[in-house]
Amino acid sequence: MDLVVALVVSVLVLAGACFSLIAAIGINRLPDLYTRMHAASKAGTVGSGLLLLAVGVYAGDLPVLARAIAGFLFFVLTAPVSAHLLAVAARRAGYPMSEHSLHDEMKAHEESI
Amino acid sequence: MTSFIRACVFAVIWVAITGSATILNLVFGFAVAALALWVVRGEIDRASRKMRIGRMLSLLVLFIRELAMSAWKVAVLVTRPRLDVKPGIFAFPLTVSRDFEITLLANLITLTPGTLSVDVSADRKFLFVHALDASDIDATKREIADGFERKILEAFE
Amino acid sequence: MTVSDPSMAATILSVSTWLAMAVLSVAFLLTIRRVVAGPTLPDRVLALDMLVGIVIGFIALIAIRTGFNLYIDIAIALGLVGFLSTVAFARFIMPRVTDAAKDPATSGKTRVQRRKR
Repeated sequence: MDLVVALVVSVLVLAGACFSLIAAIGINRLPDLYTRMHAASKAGTVGSGLLLLAVGVYAGDLPVLARAIAGFLFFVLTAPVSAHLLAVAARRAGYPMSEHSLHDEMKAHEESI
Repeated sequence: MTSFIRACVFAVIWVAITGSATILNLVFGFAVAALALWVVRGEIDRASRKMRIGRMLSLLVLFIRELAMSAWKVAVLVTRPRLDVKPGIFAFPLTVSRDFEITLLANLITLTPGTLSVDVSADRKFLFVHALDASDIDATKREIADGFERKILEAFE
Repeated sequence: MTVSDPSMAATILSVSTWLAMAVLSVAFLLTIRRVVAGPTLPDRVLALDMLVGIVIGFIALIAIRTGFNLYIDIAIALGLVGFLSTVAFARFIMPRVTDAAKDPATSGKTRVQRRKR
């Protein structure tokens, strides 16, 4: 096993795990659903995506790497969709935003939705 | 003709992913791609316009960079001992009009630092965006309009 | 693996995957805390979505440690299931609006119809 590959895989694995941890900390510390979604949909996606890429690099063989990249793209494309759907659902169901919130321009347009 | 090229591209991707570069597998991949394209034929005809490959690649690069930056920004924000978020929802006036472009823009906004698209108004004039830092929404709006929206317009007009 | 193979690369990989497993475990427990505590249903759905992401990370780590590349397909399939379940949960939360006290039932219905167009 090549030392360079091992180092690259180690960096990818540790970075992915750290981003997952940050996302977990984020959804525990942030004040309301909508802000938590920021942490989960960005840091969480990057975390699991990096771990998948690490597998592809470690295998060092084109089909596996292609599958890893396809999986990464799939996660990156689906994360915003699920975050958006959940946000719309929560918003329509009337779950409130935190009291720290500054603006809510959506209220003004409420009748046009 | 374009659908033939599309099916060929998909067949090549199929061969790369399944990992056996035989003629039989290529033909099978082509058949699967043709079937899949036939199933979604109505959607493709409406979505297909002149696409500029170079511009689309630059959009992809911008997208990956923004994703990395946004994960980093969330990380910095969350691990700071004192949490200072000033969240809010603002209405972003849309210039792009087609559904496909709005979807793309909404996805890009979700994956950029500190913003998350929540909903689009029924008349497709406004995109409601939730921001982690809503203290200067005019600057954020300008950033989106000059960054992603212009790139999307350039790539798909 | 580490004992039988004294090469440096294998040691580095072994240590880093163990570390990553430990970090992911902490993340897993923190997310479970949100699932249990989460004051509202969407919070719990969000945390469950996050859990799927972390489990995908675990599967990737196992793939690296064991060398079975088949695990990557399992990870992608799990990602697909996680995405679909989140979408289904979101659709499940959505119709509760029409029953909520916020709007009368009729205006809720027109809203749903308008979305469908």
